[in-house]
Amino acid sequence: MPTLTINGMAVDVPQGTSILNAAKDVGVEIPHYCYHPKLSVAGNCRMCLVEVEKFPKLQTACSTVVNDGMVVRTDTEKVRKAVTGVLELMLIHHPIDCPICDQAGECGLQNYYMKFGLHKSRYDLEEKVHKKKVQDIGGQIVLDAERCILCSRCVRFLDEVTGTRELHFFHRGDHSEISIFPGRPLDNNYTGNLADICPVGALTSKDFRFKCRVWFLKAFDSICTGCSKGCNVDAHHKGDILYRLKPRWNDAVNQAWMCDSGRLTYKAMNEARLLTPFVREEGARKVAAWGSLLPDVAFRLKAAADKGGPDRVAVIASPQSSNEELYLLRRLATELLGTRNLAFTHRVAGDGFADDFLIQADKNPNSRGARLLGIPDGAVFDVLVSKIAAGGIDALLVFGNVLGPLSEEETAALLAKVPFVAQVGTNEGPVSKAATAVLPSASVAERGGTFTSHAGRVQRFRFGFPARGKAKNPVEILVALGNRLGAGWTFAGEASVFHAMAESEAPFAGMSYDSLGMFGQEIKG
Amino acid sequence: MTIGVIKVARPREMSFPESLYLVEIVKGLGVTMGHMLSNIVRQEGIKTIEYPEVRRQMPPRFRGKHRLMKRENGAPRCVACYCCPTACPAKCITIVAGESPDPAVEKYPVRFDIDMLRCVFCGMCVEACPCDAIRMDTGWFTPPDDTREKLIFTIDTLLEK
Repeated sequence: MPTLTINGMAVDVPQGTSILNAAKDVGVEIPHYCYHPKLSVAGNCRMCLVEVEKFPKLQTACSTVVNDGMVVRTDTEKVRKAVTGVLELMLIHHPIDCPICDQAGECGLQNYYMKFGLHKSRYDLEEKVHKKKVQDIGGQIVLDAERCILCSRCVRFLDEVTGTRELHFFHRGDHSEISIFPGRPLDNNYTGNLADICPVGALTSKDFRFKCRVWFLKAFDSICTGCSKGCNVDAHHKGDILYRLKPRWNDAVNQAWMCDSGRLTYKAMNEARLLTPFVREEGARKVAAWGSLLPDVAFRLKAAADKGGPDRVAVIASPQSSNEELYLLRRLATELLGTRNLAFTHRVAGDGFADDFLIQADKNPNSRGARLLGIPDGAVFDVLVSKIAAGGIDALLVFGNVLGPLSEEETAALLAKVPFVAQVGTNEGPVSKAATAVLPSASVAERGGTFTSHAGRVQRFRFGFPARGKAKNPVEILVALGNRLGAGWTFAGEASVFHAMAESEAPFAGMSYDSLGMFGQEIKG
Repeated sequence: MTIGVIKVARPREMSFPESLYLVEIVKGLGVTMGHMLSNIVRQEGIKTIEYPEVRRQMPPRFRGKHRLMKRENGAPRCVACYCCPTACPAKCITIVAGESPDPAVEKYPVRFDIDMLRCVFCGMCVEACPCDAIRMDTGWFTPPDDTREKLIFTIDTLLEK
């Protein structure tokens, strides 16, 4: 292990570490644009220049590997002058259109200018080389060639991660710019990452364009609900509106990336939400109060079980629910209602596209968790559906907004066969249009819990902001229903449910919210 | 630091004729009549004005009603950068940005509302604006109105001034 000193501090780092990463270990920040931990080292932005003893010239910290006995200084006048000079050169042809740039607030040029620049520009706006602005280059990306500092992160991303190589450098000198080849727009499922890795405002998101200023946004840790991969995300919100999802680094799952369709899953948490509980009487919606609806639903389920036997009652779980909710739901179905009619399906309408990187065919975040908790999938679900279609069910409790791949007409026809259908769901959909009683549920952003990914990784998603309208946390709904059915549950929030689940369910044995931490934990076996 | 005590002189005792008030009332009426007569004789010296027909000239730095500036082609100069709602301590500015039909402008405010009931006339929005698009130089107060909605000035109202 080489030992070196950085600004007088001794550091021990493994062989092959760059000066930039060694400095990060001791809390010395070295400015950089082109270096990205998940991409190859290019060393072309020259922002990370540092002084190394016995080297005649300044070295780029990102591409210089440490050696035993190296003496590195990042705080000398020579380094400061060099970095300021590099920054000034980058800003020569920059349009300084921060007022209309979406990157403003999280922009590398703004941040480093305040730290290392603060110089007056020696170029007038008219003298600058102007390039094409607002180019729709396909995918989720808008390109503004003028703002680009030619760091080549995007080019390397498309070369090394997606392998599609759509972006390239064109022209020379001051006129050098990145662009796509004529008629060959971005064509991959990971274009959104380009906006994340671009240190300036050259590549920005089409979806987030002009929606909100980044300094108004707050972030919380969440999990993408778009498929069973369980990509870690930062959800950005202002008040109770979600604006965007960004990948949160987790080397065991998604590294620093996420797919384009996953990025848009936040929209369902903003639009067409179920906000007030209601009942359907003779086809018309009638707003109900939680205080009367919960006992009513519990009573109807219980009455159906008492009258025709527990097998006249059915429960359909959702792979969109958290482990905690599924655990409570299974106990409610098997212990309290005593029914064997409990199933879920991971199937959804659509093509079930998958690739060998992040996108999984199963478009639900928690199918694995449901299976681990003993809720049957597939054939059992089909049997249950045919039983409902044959009129063999008197009361049905449904979680989720859709019944697997069934269309709106099929769902309506199926649910018409059941005299009483209670739904716990987040959004308007086929089920809420047919259910007798609708209990609005908090979205993933509005509640906490855990999902089990397809690979068996249990990961936490956090509470972001209070539920909209009168929606309630499904854990709260389940505890209230369970207690009306005589459970005597004392769970307060998902943490206590997870604790109970870890004690009784083998796959989750020994886990706690503390042990899951930021990055989750693999299930046993 | 100890609390300082300031001695304030008590008003002097009134003399007997003063305490009768009779003479003092006549003196006071004399002042009033004097002003009335002198105003009739020299009308240009009257201090009060016939508001709202006559309006006082406000000092040049008076912060009054806002207005939005226009470009030469009549489009708003504002580019919806959100600097003013960020700086606003009263949170009275609501902007919704959109894609401008003019590609050279790129971003423009689809909505720009100022809630004049919330505004504290601090002038921070004017200070924050990088484009000199918002000014408070109309030289006049917000006129009263009969509903709250009418006092939320929209982009059209603000561009007119």
